[in-house]
This record gives sequence, C-alpha cells and structure tokens, in this order.
Amino acid sequence: MELQAVLMAAGGGSRMTDLTYNTPKAMLPVGNKPLMWYPLNLLEKVGFEEVIVITTKEVQKAMSTDLKIKDVKMKLDVVSIQEDGDMGTADALRHIQPKIKTDILVLSCDLITDVALHEVVDLFRAHNATMAMLMSKAHEFTETVPGQKGKKKTAEQRDFVGVDKSGKRLLFMANEADLEDGLSIRKSIMRKHPRMLIKTGLVDAHLYCLKKAVVDFLTENKSISSIRGELVPYLVRKQFSKTVNSQKLKDDTDDQTQEKNDGPANHELLISSRDEPLLQLAQERSCWNDHRGDMSEAYHGGKLRCYVHIMDQGLCCRVNTLAAYIEVNRLAPKLFEEPSVHPSADISERCQMGSDSIIGAVCHIADKTSIKRSTIGNFTTVKEKVKVTNSIIMHGVTIEEGCNIQGSVICSNAVIGRGADLKYCLVGNGQHIEPEVPGIIILNTGNLDLCLHVL
Amino acid sequence: MADSGVIDGPGRKDEIERAKSEGKDLTKEEKQRLRKEKKQQKKIKEKKDDKASQENEKEKKPVTSAAPASQPPTQPTVQKAPSAVPATAPVSVPASEASVPADKPTKTKAELKAERRARQEAERASKQTKKGETGQQAATSKPKAPPSDLQPVVKRLPEHIQVDNPDVLKKLAKKLERQQTPEHYAAKKIPLRSDYGYKVSLFSHLHQYSRKAPLTQQLSIPSTVIHPAIVRLGLQYSHGIVAGSNARSVALLHAFKQVIRDYTTPQNEELSRDLVNKLKPYISFLNQCRPLSASMGNAIKYIKKEISNIPSNCKEDEAKNKLLNCIESYINEKIILAGVAIAKCAIEKQKISDGDVILVYGCSSLVNHILCKAFEKNRKFRVIVVDSRPRLEGKEALRRLVQKGISCTYVLISAVSYILPEVSKVFLGAHALLANGYVMSRVGTSQIALVAKAFNVPVLVCCETYKFCDRVQTDSFVSNELDDPDDLIVTRKGTTPLEGWENESSLGLLNLVYDVTPPDFVDLVITELGMIPCTSVPVVLRVKNVDQ
Repeated sequence: MELQAVLMAAGGGSRMTDLTYNTPKAMLPVGNKPLMWYPLNLLEKVGFEEVIVITTKEVQKAMSTDLKIKDVKMKLDVVSIQEDGDMGTADALRHIQPKIKTDILVLSCDLITDVALHEVVDLFRAHNATMAMLMSKAHEFTETVPGQKGKKKTAEQRDFVGVDKSGKRLLFMANEADLEDGLSIRKSIMRKHPRMLIKTGLVDAHLYCLKKAVVDFLTENKSISSIRGELVPYLVRKQFSKTVNSQKLKDDTDDQTQEKNDGPANHELLISSRDEPLLQLAQERSCWNDHRGDMSEAYHGGKLRCYVHIMDQGLCCRVNTLAAYIEVNRLAPKLFEEPSVHPSADISERCQMGSDSIIGAVCHIADKTSIKRSTIGNFTTVKEKVKVTNSIIMHGVTIEEGCNIQGSVICSNAVIGRGADLKYCLVGNGQHIEPEVPGIIILNTGNLDLCLHVL
Repeated sequence: MADSGVIDGPGRKDEIERAKSEGKDLTKEEKQRLRKEKKQQKKIKEKKDDKASQENEKEKKPVTSAAPASQPPTQPTVQKAPSAVPATAPVSVPASEASVPADKPTKTKAELKAERRARQEAERASKQTKKGETGQQAATSKPKAPPSDLQPVVKRLPEHIQVDNPDVLKKLAKKLERQQTPEHYAAKKIPLRSDYGYKVSLFSHLHQYSRKAPLTQQLSIPSTVIHPAIVRLGLQYSHGIVAGSNARSVALLHAFKQVIRDYTTPQNEELSRDLVNKLKPYISFLNQCRPLSASMGNAIKYIKKEISNIPSNCKEDEAKNKLLNCIESYINEKIILAGVAIAKCAIEKQKISDGDVILVYGCSSLVNHILCKAFEKNRKFRVIVVDSRPRLEGKEALRRLVQKGISCTYVLISAVSYILPEVSKVFLGAHALLANGYVMSRVGTSQIALVAKAFNVPVLVCCETYKFCDRVQTDSFVSNELDDPDDLIVTRKGTTPLEGWENESSLGLLNLVYDVTPPDFVDLVITELGMIPCTSVPVVLRVKNVDQ
C-alpha cells in the first residue's frame, strides 16, 4: 500500500465558537452537507479506499446518523479521543501510530478544496520527499460577517513561507508570532539556494504527505504536539541541519554519548530503504541535478526534503472562522453538479427562489417568500411573506411570517418570531427571536447573554 | 552492403522473372536471391491482408475470449521480435519494410505487380516445403524465435513508431485495457497517455508527451493497479530526475526488486508464469512515462528469462531470493564491473595519455567515470565539455569533472569546429549500439563525430555490452524519442517569445532526444570485452546469444 489517509476531525473550532457551541465543527452544514464530508469526498474521488478518522465521541455519534456520511463508500476507521482539547494533531498521530503501516496523507476536516491531489503526491513520490504539503493563495473575504464591527479583523498572524526559485521546494516556514526581532535566514541556506521567494499571502491547507519515518520520529519525540505549529517548521529547519550526512549518522549510531538530541532525528533521516546503495548508484549515474551553479550534487546531498504545491487557481478554503464559513457556503455548492433544490422539499409555486440558493430536504417553503443567495437547511419551515437574502439557515429552523432576514447565520433549531427583521445577525442554537424586535443577537443559552447591535 | 541489397532487388527480380519464364536453370546464387525475394513479397502481401482483415475484425472483436487473450502476449513480443531476429536475417528486409508502408499510397501499380508476383510465388512455394509459419490471421505474429532457429521472422513495425496510424492506437488502448490484473476489472486499467501539441510531420509517427500532463493524473492515488515503486519510477523518468542509460536501468532493476519482494503467488498459479504477467502492465506504464531505452529492454529480457527459468517445484521464498540475487549480479557484472573494466582498458592501453586534450559531449556516466579514474592514476590531460540545449547536460558533467580537479573548458555545440583543432581525442558515450554498427546516442553526437572526422581526430565510443541491441537503424527518423516541446521555450526578463506556439498553425517545435552515428565516423568502441571496431557489434551479439 502506498499511502494511508488520516482525517483529523477532532478540532473544536476555537475561532468560531458561536457556531460550534452545540454542533461540533466537523458536522457544521456547508451547502447542506456536513463539513467533514468534503475532505472525505476528495479522498474518495481520488481513489482511496480506507480512511482513518480521528475524532471525538460526539462527532462519532453524529456521523453514524448522518445520511451523507453513510453515503461515503470508503471504509472509515473511526478513532475517538478525549474531548479535552489538549491533544494536538501530532499527539493524535502518536496515538494512532500502531495503525500506521506506510506513508500517510493527513487532512483536516475543515478543508474544502478541488485541488488535483496528484500534484501534491507527485512531488512526494518523485523527489522521495519527507514531507509534501498544499498551500493556496489567500482570497479576500467579501461578505460582511455578522457579529463584527466594521471590516477590520484582529491583527492576524502572518505566515512567512520561503520557497526556492522553482516554487516547489520549501526552504523556510515561520509564523509572525515566532519572529520577534525580524526574519533571519541561515547563511547555509542562502549558499545552497541563493534565490528564495518569501510569500506571505498563502493559506496553509493543512494537507500533508508524511513519510512513515516521521510518524516513528513523533513517537520518540513527545514534545511535538501540533503538526502545523511545530512539526512542519521543525522538518523545514532540519533540511539544512549540519548533521544531515549519512556518513556521520553511521558514526552516531556507534557513539551514543554524542548527539543525544539528534538521536530521534536519526530515525527520519534514515530513509528506510533496503536498497539504499542501488538508489545511490542510480542517482550517481543520473545526469540530473536540481540546481546549477555550485559544486554539490543533487539536493545538495540532503536526505530530508520538504516540498510544497502552491495552487493559484481553484477553490481551497479552510473553514475555521465565521467569515470563511460564510464564504464557503457560497462557493462549495458550485463544486458539485447537484440540484439546488432537494427533491423532498415542498416549495409552493408563488415562491421566488434565486438560482444560487440551496434548499435542503423536507423543507416547507410557503407562498410569497423570496429566497436569494441563501442556503436553507433540512427540516426548515419558512412561512409566508418572508424575505431571506444572503443568509445561511441551518437545520430544523422555523421562520414565522413576515420576517426579513439579511446577511445572517441562523443556527439549528432556532425559531424566528413573526415580523422579525434581522440584518447581519448570528442567531445561536435553539434560540427564539421574539416578534418585532430589530437586529439583536443572542448568542447562546445559559448565563451569558451578549447583545450586540450591528448594522 | 545493406544499401546495395535494396537497390539491386527490383533489378534482379526482373532478371530472374525472365530467366524463369525462359525455363532456364537457375544458378545457386539466383535461387538464393529468388528465395529472399519470395519471402519479402510474402510479407508484403501478408501485411496488406492483415491490415484488411484487421479492419473487419475490429467490428466483431470479442472482448474477453481466449483468442484475443493471446494477442497481448504476442503484441509485446512483436516489439521484441525485431530484437529477437538473429543477426543472419536479411538486413535489407527492415529497410524495405519501413519503406513499404510509406510508399503504399503512391505506388498502386507496383502493388498490383507485387500482388501478382506474390501469387505466383505462393503457388510455387506451396510445392516447396514451407519452413516458416505464416499465419493469415489478423494478429498472429511470429512468437519469439529461439536463437538456434534460422527461420525468417514476420517483421512488423513496433507500435511505438506507428503513432499516426489510428488502428495501431486503438490496438494499444485495447492492449492496455487487457493488461490489468484480473482482480482489478472495475474500470481500473492502465491509463493511456495522450499526445501533446503539434508534431512535425517527419516525426508524426512518434509519441510526444507533455511533462505537465503526467500519467499519474489518471491513476488512483494510493496506486493499487501499479506497484508504488513503479509509479515513483515512472514519475522520475518523466520528470527527468533519473536520466541516462545506466541510471535508468539501475533504477528499473531496483524497482523490480521491490516488486518481487512484495509479490505473492496467487492460488493455482505458478510464480514463473504469473510474475511475468504481473510485470507486463508495469512495463507498459513505464513505456508511456518515457519510452524504454535499449539497455532497459535488455535488462527486462534478462529478468523475464530468469523468471521463466525458475523450476516449478521451487518454493516461493527461495525463488524470490534467487531472483533478487540474479538482479544484483546482473547490475554488478554488466554495469559496475563493466565500467571498471572499460576504464582500466582505456587507461592501460594508453587511450588517455599525458598531454591529451579530450573532448566529451553531454553527460555520460561511463565517460565521466573513465576520466575520473584516469585522473586518479595521475594522467595529465584536460577536458573540453561540449554542451547543447535544451538539456544542458554538459553542465552536470562539467561539475563532476571539476569537482575531481580536472581542468575543463566548456563550449556549446555551435563552437565545436572552432575548438576541434585543439582536441586530440573525442570520447563519446552511447545509449545503444545497433546491430549494423551504428551508435545511438544523445542528439548532437553524430554532429560531433562528423566534425571530428573532418578534422581527423579519433573518435572513441565507450559502451558496455548490455547496451548492444539487435535493432538496425540507418537514420534518426524511424525510431527516436520526442521530448516535451515546451522545453525549447526560453523566458528571459519576463518575456517568452514562443509563448503561444500552439496557436500558430505553421509552427512546430521539435525536441529530439537521440540520433544515430554511422560506423565510418567511429574509430573504436571500448567495451568490457576489449576494444572492437564498430562493425563487430553483431559478432558480440551472436556470441552472447550462443552463450545464453
């Protein structure tokens, strides 16, 4: 077997707590399909037959009842972990290490993309890379996000990504938070790759192909807990580490006092191939070099290589903020050729429905309603004279007569009272909006009662 | 000699016809010639019949039945058939065969004449004892003729040089479909790579692929149909990461080792037969990523022979170990030790002496090895590296030589006649040595050999014997490789002059990879068997065949 797919679905959605209060992030409806269906669909289309899904018990329960997930033909091996939220992605990999028999492809459940997956995997295969990842040019979100004053976002931490001049080899990766005095690049890197392009406008799609040796390395090195935050920058740095030298490694294994820190590193650097001499011979005899102009052999003799595929066209979105969620609800349905109206929905003739709206299953849409650019979930009831524009309405919602809903997100099982006028609001789970109340947001049940006026 | 055979052919035919009609006794010579011509015409007739009946059979061809199932085994052997021809087969036949399809549309009168003659010969031949089997069915071609059998082989053009014939393409697609392993019936077949861009008309019979459309696009990602090691190898071939005759063979054998290790014999099957069938789709896949080289072809033949020679009572583990050892010893003997022997030969026989100025072209692993060894033995010489676009492999050769400490000069091929007066010897590497003494090597080699001949500079070709191939070629058009035409495009300061070349209807980009050098330009071939003249290649091949 060549690759094993691992889907990380245990994330808590820490940046959109309003939405994920009741529904786990992996099951948030996007275009009336649960969020984790999209990466599963991507894997299925490409030809995977089995996926290891790491998730919480809550999500596991929800998965077993969801119809769309049942539709997935692949074999899903669900591993549930504790919901504390202390377990990082790398910790989760460590947890499933006994199941890993070969190289892995790690995906996050909040990735929605139409990338040609072979581009990433081909880099991984052709260059015998230790890691290959996917990144995408970031797009500005154009929709107004409910619950935010104005358009200014909080100061986001930028990612600095350095690639070589071919745009494929990853040379440098750091987050703004980790660079206090400024960006410093080692001279050894500059000597090997005199031309480096540093990009900041990239979105990390959290799709990684990792060699099996990396997973073994993680089991030894228990200090790494997040793939994105710690493992990837570590691997990128290690490419140019001075101890990357096969001869030196042989000495290291004999001399144990030396390089205790790099002990675990030996694992990943020893690309486990029983015919290492033959591969060496083939590389020696081959008249190919990945760079020109200096005296070193291909790849500068380095055994650890990290590659990145940067896609500039097509959809690649990570749904981890409210803005992304709204954006993706617009774009995701366009990926598939499905009818926008579910066959079991009951829509009266006098309803004006735009072509870019999606109606879920078993809906009741009454007369004289206008639904434009919106997504309406399953089991919702929309009464007469309701105008819904630019909104996302989740499952089981009841909207009484004469409401005007604009640019809002209404979570599951909410009830919007008669004549309510909601503009750019976010209605939490199971809330009741009283009739005739101008735009007020009530976020969640319980003690906290936040009210925000937005227009 | 080969040329004279073709020219004399039609003339002699008329003579003999006259002689026959006059009832005179034919001399021994004339009888021989007559027999040769009969065979030729029979083949021409058969070819026509085959093509006609193929058209008919296409409509009613059954999908899964025993008869077409025999086709795929014969199809690859067709490709091997030209190489299996014993060296004594008439050399003029391939040349005439190659010309016949080309001449077909224009010479209809000659066709009719040939048909009439063929009919006459067929009647006469039916009286004589027939030795060679000549099936009239559509796809029956001669199976691999054992070396001791001197029967003529029905020569068919291999399909990789008939790309402009839609029937051949259809056959190839069907063959790929049928080459899948039985478990993977459900639409999981080896994909067919489509050609890219406008092909120059002289080379329209060859495949031209684009690097931006890899074959892996059509494969599932955890590749189950094709072993992952083979997918990786195919990618490395098409990206050019593994390039060079020796490197490709070594990488191929390494991948085969992994395949053999992961192989388990299914129930009711024999390892010797099943493993060979397993390898067939992999070889088709690799062929589509990049056409196989002659050295790879020979390596594959060796492995297939070793596999089929495994006795049926052998246990699986034992058999696998045996095969792995065979592969190891093949690489060791034919590549590593041969390289050492050639270097030793070249250095000891004073082919590299003090004060020499040696010219090399491109990056040949063997030539680099020889030069490095000579430098280690403290010979004082300097090297001129000649390079050419678009591959610019000379830069890599330059790097390796300079790293050792050899003083080098670097020129482009356009400066060859400028630099040749300084040169004392030319060392060339070879991709393959053909049976008629021609050297197939990187495009540009024949130019260098030509100019060197004009300057009276000795040209030495270094080649291991496993690259000797039974094929015969006198020009670079018939069988070659077309690389990605986009490699020729250069972007300087942000502008790309050839940017929209596909939209120009009268513009074609040609990126040839190989060319053939006639033996007149080559003074010596250094192999591990010694230093031989170019024309001794068929002798070596014959000796090798007898040994096996």
